[in-house]
Parts: sequence; C-alpha cells; structure tokens
Amino acid sequence: MTEPLLRIEHLKKAYGDNVVLKDISVDVAPGEVIVVIGPSGCGKSTFLRCINGLEPIQGGSVRIDGEEVDPGSKNISKLRQRIGMVFQSYELFPHKTVIDNVMLSPLKVQKRPKAEVKEEALALLERVGLKEKAGSFPRELSGGQKQRVAIARALAMQPEVLLLDEITAALDPEMVREVLDVILDLAREGKTMIIVTHEMSFARAVADRVLFFDGGEIVEEDIPERFFTAPRTERAQKFLHTFEFEAVREHEAAPQEQQQA
Amino acid sequence: MDFAAMAQYLPLYETAMWLTLRIGWVGIIGSIVIGLVVAMVNHFKVPVLHQVCRAYVELFRNTPLLIQLFFIYFGLPRLGLSISAEACGMLGVALLGGAYMAESFRAGLEAVEPIQTETALSLGMSRAQVMRLVVLPQAVTLSIQSFVANVIFLLKETSVFSAISLLDLMFVAKDLIGLYYKTTECLVMLVIFYLIIILPVSILGTVVERRLRHGAFGD
Repeated sequence: MTEPLLRIEHLKKAYGDNVVLKDISVDVAPGEVIVVIGPSGCGKSTFLRCINGLEPIQGGSVRIDGEEVDPGSKNISKLRQRIGMVFQSYELFPHKTVIDNVMLSPLKVQKRPKAEVKEEALALLERVGLKEKAGSFPRELSGGQKQRVAIARALAMQPEVLLLDEITAALDPEMVREVLDVILDLAREGKTMIIVTHEMSFARAVADRVLFFDGGEIVEEDIPERFFTAPRTERAQKFLHTFEFEAVREHEAAPQEQQQA
Repeated sequence: MDFAAMAQYLPLYETAMWLTLRIGWVGIIGSIVIGLVVAMVNHFKVPVLHQVCRAYVELFRNTPLLIQLFFIYFGLPRLGLSISAEACGMLGVALLGGAYMAESFRAGLEAVEPIQTETALSLGMSRAQVMRLVVLPQAVTLSIQSFVANVIFLLKETSVFSAISLLDLMFVAKDLIGLYYKTTECLVMLVIFYLIIILPVSILGTVVERRLRHGAFGD
C-alpha cells in the first residue's frame, strides 16, 4: 500500500466534559475520496475542523505527509495551505469580487506573481462554469454559484487534500446538482477529498470508502457498494433506513382516470 | 438684520472656524486611533488591558465633555503637566471620541461572522492577514454609519471649548453678543458657520456610506 497522505491516529476531541470524537483513526491514501456520513451531532463536521487545525484536539494526532497539524504550532498556516476546506455556508468574502476572492490567498499568502495567479483563477472559474461572473460580487450570485466559487477559491491554493463540509446542505435542490457535478469531476481527476454529506446517492457515486460516524466514533467503514446495500451494523442499517419511505400510500387510480370512468 | 455689522464680524468668525476645525480634526484623528486600539483590545478580550479599556469607555462615554475638559485643563497642571488650551481641546475630543469610536468599531468587528475568520484561516492566512484582508474591511464598512454620526457629534461638541477660553466659534459669538447686543445677527452667523463645518461631513458621509454598501454588500 502507498504511504497515506493523511494519517489520523486516535483523534480525541472534547468540549469540556462533552466528548465529541472518541478515538478516530483513519488513513487517507493519495487520490482517495472518503465520504463521511452519520446522524447530525455525530461529530462529522468537528472531524473535518480538527483535520484543518481549526479546533484544538485533546488527544491523538493528525498528520499530513508525516507533518503534524497542530493549531498551536507556528507552521499551522503553512500546513493549512495544503488542506483546503469548503463550508456549508460558502463564506465568500463579501467585499471582494468573485475573481478577487479566488486570487486573494494565492497572492497574499503564497505571494505568487499576479499574472500567473489571475490566469489560473480564470481557468478555475471556467472549470466551475463561472468565468463570466469573474467581476461580480458574491451578493449577485445564487447559492449554487457561490458554492462553486468557494470551491474554486479553495482549489486556487493547490491543496493536496480538500475537505468538504456539507457543501450542498444550504442549497435549493435544483442547485445541488451543479455543485456535486464539480466534485464528481474532481474525484475523477484524482483529487484527495474528505466529504461530509447527507446526499446518499452522491455519496455512493463519489466515494472510494464510506465512514459511518455515530456517537463520536466510526461505527462502520466499507466500500460504498457494500455499505449502501448491505450494511453490517444495526446502527448503519437504522440510519440508512431513515432515508426511505416504506409506507407508500396506495391509490386505485389517478384522479383524472376516475373522473373519466 | 444688520448686515453691515455681520460683514464686520465675518473675519472674527472665520478665524474661530479655523480654530474649531483644527482642534476638531486633530481630536477626531486621535479618537480614530484610540478607538481602533481600544476596539481591538475589547474585541479580543486581551487580559487586564481589556478591563482597563472597558473602564475607559464607560468613564468617557458617560460624563460630559465639559467636565472632562475641566479635569484636563485644570487637573493636569496640578500634576505638573502644563499644556496649552488648544492641546487640551484636542486631547478632550480625542478621549471622548475614542470611547465612542471604540464602540462603533467593536460593533463592526462583532458583526463579521467568526466563520469568515475560519474560512480565511483555512486558506492559509495568518491571524494578522485575516484581520487586515478579511475582517477589518468588512468591519469598517459595517461601522461607517455610526462612525459618521460620531464625527458630526464630536464637531458639535467643540462648542464647549469656550469654557477653557479657547477662541472658538461659540466664544466669538458670545463675546460679540456681550459687546454689541446684536444677538440675532451673531446667533444666525453661528448657525451658518457650524453648518459650513458640519454639512460637508454629513453629505460626504452619506455618499461614502452608499458607495461602500453598494460596493461591498449591496443592500
């Protein structure tokens, strides 16, 4: 097996007495797409935030390429450049245009030449289908468009891993697809990603491996084909069950047909 | 109305206007500096300093400028520090204004969602870069309205300077009324001169506010 790009060992996270993550160990190989699912409050988002060093952890370690991600360390911002993150609420910078949102960090943090950054930013915007919106302000965009810009902005830092935290949860159904298509595309290209989502059919389509979280621990871990058709644990079965509606109401015939009869 | 007399008083008012403007603007610039520092300290809850700054804000926001000026003008020399009346005026405006500005800026800082900071951090920015590139530009835009209100308020507050024998607009008006009893003329001129000073600030403030809001947030 190849060296893992991301190695999470015995990760523990607690807010006071409230233990959110008990003992999480996951290795992520380069190019692997991990999907994390589970009931709300199970610690999925916290898990991502710990990987990016946005939360101090109470035990264990997170390493990228052998380097430890520690929120208190001096090189944390260096490491964060290698781990991109996209949030549920997009969080575009409202005072900057679309292209400036994408260019800000490559220019100010990586201090790359402006011409090169601009060219790349335009290419990224084209990739997410928003090149013509480069000069717009975030407020002029729809939710789905904002989220695609947020993805382009994260990609502009050329991160090795991308963390996606319920990126379609705030979107109208018809906008979910346009965002998920971008992610599917990235997965096909071999981008390493950890995705927290509630979109089960998307999870199945994009994942190399599914992690089912419940109560702050990984309850089940499997390839999607097996996980979604034959989950082994009772908790996973119960969780997947909540997405189905069993009692379909039965109708003799459609109302129009009745009228005609 | 005695226009001939008014024409005669004009140069006196003009000199006084420049004095009011000079003290007002230096004081306001001082208040912006104090306000920014105090707002940051209070926003980040810097230990010890935070308590000192809170006490400062409450003390200066809740006492009249006139009394603050008396303390500076008559109190400092007792401590062996003698400064000119003009410097006292500037210091007074800066200290009073600093307390008000601190509260506006803090409100602006608090209105920027913490997740904006996290997003910026996740893009690899340092704490200082997050502040400078992401939080402050938004906070300033959000506090511009109360900032302009503060500037106008401070310029009007300069009218108590006459109490520490500064020859400002109010002093000139009162002096002329005492000398010549042309009360209406002197007061009308006083109103006009205050308008000359403050109206442009008010108009400029509205324009800047609209521009910023449209540029940044569009609502």
